Amino acid sequence: MGGMQGWLQERLSRRLLLAGGVAAAGAAAANVTGAKGEAAHPGHDAGGTAVAPGGDAYTAGPSGHSGAHGAMVTIGEVDSGRNGFDPGAMLTDWEVGTLSTLPDGRTLRTFEIVAEDKEIEIAPGVMFLAWTYNGRVPGPALRATEGERLRVVFRNYGSHPHSIHFHGIHAARMDGVPGAGLIGPGEEFVYEFDARPFGCHLYHCHALPLKRHIHKGMYGAFVIDPDPVRHPEQAAVARSRLLGSAENLGWQEFVMVMNAFDTNFDGENEFYAVNTVAHAYMKAPIAIARSRPVRIYLVNVVEFDPINSFHLHGNFFDYYDQGTTLTPTLKTVDLITQCQAQRGILEFSFAEHETGLYMFHPHQSEFTELGWVGMFDVREDVA
Amino acid sequence: MRDAPTSDQDAELPGVAAAPSRKTLLWVILPLLAFVGAIAVLIATNPLARFDNGTPPVENIAFERTILDGGGLRVLVRAGGAEPMTIAQVQVDDAYWQFKQDPPGPLPRGASAWIQVPFPWVLGEAHAVKLVTTTGATFLHEIPVAVATPVADRSSLLSQAILGIFVGIVPVAVGLMFYPALRGVGQRGMTFLLALTVGLLAFLLVDAMGDAFELAGEAAPIFQGNAMVVLAAAASFLILMAIGRRNGAPRGLALATYIALGIGLHNLGEGLAIGAAFAAGAVGLGTFLVFGFTLHNVTEGIGIAAPILREKVAPWVFAALVLLAGGPAVLGLWIGSLAFAPQWSALALAIGAGAILQVIVEVTALLRRRDEARLFSPAAMTGLAAGVGFMYLTAMLVKI
Ligand SMILES: [Cu+2]
Repeated sequence: MGGMQGWLQERLSRRLLLAGGVAAAGAAAANVTGAKGEAAHPGHDAGGTAVAPGGDAYTAGPSGHSGAHGAMVTIGEVDSGRNGFDPGAMLTDWEVGTLSTLPDGRTLRTFEIVAEDKEIEIAPGVMFLAWTYNGRVPGPALRATEGERLRVVFRNYGSHPHSIHFHGIHAARMDGVPGAGLIGPGEEFVYEFDARPFGCHLYHCHALPLKRHIHKGMYGAFVIDPDPVRHPEQAAVARSRLLGSAENLGWQEFVMVMNAFDTNFDGENEFYAVNTVAHAYMKAPIAIARSRPVRIYLVNVVEFDPINSFHLHGNFFDYYDQGTTLTPTLKTVDLITQCQAQRGILEFSFAEHETGLYMFHPHQSEFTELGWVGMFDVREDVA
Repeated sequence: MRDAPTSDQDAELPGVAAAPSRKTLLWVILPLLAFVGAIAVLIATNPLARFDNGTPPVENIAFERTILDGGGLRVLVRAGGAEPMTIAQVQVDDAYWQFKQDPPGPLPRGASAWIQVPFPWVLGEAHAVKLVTTTGATFLHEIPVAVATPVADRSSLLSQAILGIFVGIVPVAVGLMFYPALRGVGQRGMTFLLALTVGLLAFLLVDAMGDAFELAGEAAPIFQGNAMVVLAAAASFLILMAIGRRNGAPRGLALATYIALGIGLHNLGEGLAIGAAFAAGAVGLGTFLVFGFTLHNVTEGIGIAAPILREKVAPWVFAALVLLAGGPAVLGLWIGSLAFAPQWSALALAIGAGAILQVIVEVTALLRRRDEARLFSPAAMTGLAAGVGFMYLTAMLVKI
């Protein structure tokens, strides 16, 4: 009988199907009964109303909103208390710093940011030793207004040299690259520059190796609102973007940083998400009032993969690439792509829609299935 | 070296002359106390703390079984981490799936658990299961061809039995049917046949050890596969040698029985592995290949017949020998397809290898007793070459 096992293994690995007929004994031994043995696919539609016949194992899917993905979600819940940040709250948690007036009358906005090592739970039960800004991943979503003077006091409490490299207009001295604001553990640096251009930007650490410092968690959104006074011809649009203005209060604004984590350090991401926690908005959908427009500040920082994308179900949106214009750069689309550090503003409305759950995800199925997928829960009103 | 030790030499051996005393007892207790003391120091001072560099504990998971059915897929995993480890998430084909672990909770070193995923697998396609632990480490298990795992119903047991009969029992029976024809061989022919038996057994030994080591490599590290294979083979060899030599070297029917036993144990191990391979998704087995295996194994029957050519043997004895040598293939297929872990197959193959080594030694001893001068005679050499050569060439039929 020597050799049979080796032969079978070889066969299995090459997946050969032999032409010379199938012996009744062999085929029957494997109890191949055609598709009868196959597991049926669970219903993929929201509400799980349609169930594939014979899919008895899947009808008992998970309860709640993740039911729209059948059993294809991570299991359990992330302890936001231990993490110190909650993906739901993060959506609207803007860091506006402290305001003061400079001798010349300009507004000075000061942010304080510390770098620290912190173990965070990026998916239920999965811990990741992150490098963070202010103990959270993504770092605080900074928001300023065009034309202000910005002062960012940066202290490195981490175990490695770090920096903050802003995407914006500034002097070489303030760039956050080695020799210009890259500081060792225990050191402090103050970045100063003017808030311009207005738009949806980002910041990240620019210490080397860059890939590692970014994927370990050192990034965040950096939004500069347009100053309506400087854009008289489009003042209304600019006012709607200006945080806290009456026009702005009519909008439902969310900040989403598309990120991912390589937990086994093989150069590929094991988990994808917006705002760190895989499947967070699948398990707790984002509540939206039907009547009010939605604006999303979207930033892509995913490492290792060349592009990421955003696709909205059942609706189309206007897109402002990098947010530096007051008129859309793309009109009426339901999908945009972003390479790393690309970002933009999405504007859409569900006013004409039925209430219900509307999915959003990248149209890279792999990312979706590895955690980056969520739901808008469109309601008549939001408390 | 002398045949027997003298009484002088006995007296020189320590502890033999004196009766067990309190002093002896002291020398048993003292080393034990020293050991306990060393452990106490290790725990109290914790010198290993200096080695704790903050890295996560080393983790390991071995996949022992895979079951595919209407409810999705299940894998039996065994943990081999330095510390208890927790499976946090499960991916199938790069997508996260809900899963159930039984028993739940962290897996201590050596513990095993079933992971059940309601995954809609596709017949004949490949799937990959990836477990993600709390530390973010991942462990991949590939399912090369998805096929429903056989269940123990009448039809599957019967069809496996038929396959086992074709590759295990039929060839041995066919080989033994040469018995009447072989009885007429002369002295040189007998030498040729016995040497042929040694040759085919030598081929099986090499093949079995190779397979055993390969399977041992798939088993969880806690089983120390390679050491286990060597130790099991050595133990089965020594035990069978000791049993076989109770009343002098085995010959005749006794030797034939040992050969049948060795081949039977070997077939059990092979049957386990083949059964498992079927469970894992060998889709079809060509008629030509079954024929190849049958031909390949015909020599086994001739090998069993060789020692009893000069004896009077009752017909039922032949049936018993056939069952002993070929029957375990059926048994192995059944067990292998229903309950399989690589370490058990490796163990069975190793025990079979030890048994085969025993009969190699005994048949060689028989050859030598018959006529020492002919041990390296042309008849013996050609027999040996024919045995190994036939096995090697017929193995080509089944290696793809
Ligand atoms: Cu850094």
